[in-house]
Amino acid sequence: MKITKRTFDAVIVGAGGAGLRAALQLSESGLKTAVLTKVFPTRSHTVAAQGGVAASLGNSEEDHWHWHMYDTVKGSDWLGDQDAIEFMCRKANEVVIELEHYGMPFDRTDAGKIYQRPFGGHMSNFGEKPVRRSCAAADRTGHAMLHALYQRNVRANTQFFVEWMALDLIRDAEGEVLGVTALEMETGEIVAFQSKATIFATGGAGRIYHSSTNAFINTGDGLGMAARAGIPLEDMEFWQFHPTGVAGAGVLITEGVRGEGGILRNSSGERFMERYAPNAKDLASRDVVSRAMVTEINEGRGCGPNKDFVLLDITHLDPKVIMQRLPGIREISIQFAGTDPIKEPIPVVPTCHYQMGGIPTNYSGQVVAPRGSSMSVAVPGFYAAGECACASVHGANRLGTNSLLDLLVFGKSAGETAVEDVKKSTKAHKDLPQEAIERTLERINRLDTQRDGAGVHESRLAMQRTMQNHCGVFRFADKLKEGVSKILDVQKDVQRTVIKDKSKVFNTARIEALELENLIEVAVATMISAEARKESRGAHVRDDAPDTAERPNGRDDQNWLKHTLWFKEGNRLDYKSVKLTPLTVPTIELKKRAY
Amino acid sequence: MRPEEDRGARLRRLRWHCRRALLELDLVFQRFWRQAGDDLNDSDAAALERLLELEDHDLWELASGRRDTDDPQLRGIVERLRQA
Repeated sequence: MKITKRTFDAVIVGAGGAGLRAALQLSESGLKTAVLTKVFPTRSHTVAAQGGVAASLGNSEEDHWHWHMYDTVKGSDWLGDQDAIEFMCRKANEVVIELEHYGMPFDRTDAGKIYQRPFGGHMSNFGEKPVRRSCAAADRTGHAMLHALYQRNVRANTQFFVEWMALDLIRDAEGEVLGVTALEMETGEIVAFQSKATIFATGGAGRIYHSSTNAFINTGDGLGMAARAGIPLEDMEFWQFHPTGVAGAGVLITEGVRGEGGILRNSSGERFMERYAPNAKDLASRDVVSRAMVTEINEGRGCGPNKDFVLLDITHLDPKVIMQRLPGIREISIQFAGTDPIKEPIPVVPTCHYQMGGIPTNYSGQVVAPRGSSMSVAVPGFYAAGECACASVHGANRLGTNSLLDLLVFGKSAGETAVEDVKKSTKAHKDLPQEAIERTLERINRLDTQRDGAGVHESRLAMQRTMQNHCGVFRFADKLKEGVSKILDVQKDVQRTVIKDKSKVFNTARIEALELENLIEVAVATMISAEARKESRGAHVRDDAPDTAERPNGRDDQNWLKHTLWFKEGNRLDYKSVKLTPLTVPTIELKKRAY
Repeated sequence: MRPEEDRGARLRRLRWHCRRALLELDLVFQRFWRQAGDDLNDSDAAALERLLELEDHDLWELASGRRDTDDPQLRGIVERLRQA
């Protein structure tokens, strides 16, 4: 079947921070640039980022990019690529000041400079003491960033395709990426977007988990498309969790609640943290608290009919303190847990927050995959940035405020590389291979014609529960093994989902079915990669890889200092080495990650 | 309402526009639709359309009750969101 074709120099999928930053680079260089986005750009999930963006401006006290680099390598538990990390930390000041010039309303010091505040894990002088490095715009940093970038893109004539969902990468027999197929939600029409450069900035896939802080749009569309086109996904076993999310909803309950005296209790009302961390108790670090919560639930001491959550109790606090210091938490608890925390404890579980892995890229934003004897060869015409990409700067664990920096630096860098590549190419656009387009049409046709099968909602729930129970914040060998077989069963259901509504206009049932086809690729990649990695590192913590003198924190550098690559075809795994050599400075040598 | 758009299409479009940047809002709107279903009348739909033009943080302040609206057309729909 023939479909409409639209031709651009560059097509960007996703209009969050990374997509908008990349688009700006392309449009301002005069290239004809299209941005495809499921929702209006300023409603992308970047809006939810509050903390700030890290840059060693040194406005409040002495700071240096090299110290920032050290903190990021250490935070990553040495799984981050040191060339990309040096690149990001050195570029931070430039991209933040650029953003200031675009009109970003950063908080200011009395002297008029960008105000900087401290943030967990950011230190001065190679881990010595906390440093003020985060630049914020009140608690709406992500929101302000999107507005500044969007306005600038409008000025630069970026062409926005709002409420369009990209469906598949178009790749030819030589492996070159030639664009994407996409669905216009308003009409249901499928269109081919032909381009010399295709940039993915589709964000994370936190919705694979039952408990997640991610908005519903975070369905890993870019990862699904890349996987189906034969591109591997890197380090998918690494997901950052927060210990306390509202059970059943995932909404974050800030750690400040425990700071104000909140106590975690199990089904018998016991303050269980006393057993796990006799000194710090409920104020122990995130990973220790999460692990204790999961252990309580796994050993049958969870609360509720399914014994699947614990309680965060602040009923002993003076109601005035709750009203004054934690008003937002009271609203969230009433709204999503149905309990007023002044009177009753809040049901909580660890909640998924951020995806460290993704589509493998280098620091120039090019997507890289194994070819011949090399593990990292650029895929022609294909670039990625932001949470969907794995550069890899976050390695096994991300530092707060480095995610906004990631999308600015690598959005710009992917844009710059794409500009160079498009400008030096003298050839016309290649013809689009019909087979690639047919693959999309077959997927749509299946949904249109499928009469019996699995429900989308039920299959998504099965996936989310499987991921939460078998591959959550604290992992067990037997549960992971069982999880692999369960998630592959769920995948079979996803291949035969049925939707009742076959209409064309804003058919949200069809969109959700297509999103689930992307989520399941990410879920399978995560489960298989996690089952295979037999060590603990950063956010991947296994019960059978505990903290020992020989292997501090359970990390096994001898066998596992390497990136995982998962391939959809045959669910095959491969590994590539971590880049330990930075661009200009000496390697930050391996040591135990301790704060 | 857009020209030539039928009622079903309008409601489906509104449902999609309830996909927001913040999880809190996604959850509130999910419950809202479960209760309202396709029973939303034209004036409710028009009010919802206007409400959805707001920025997410402002919308959350209204939905969570932290702030009230002084817009009479929005009051009813905000109240339904809070009760959802």
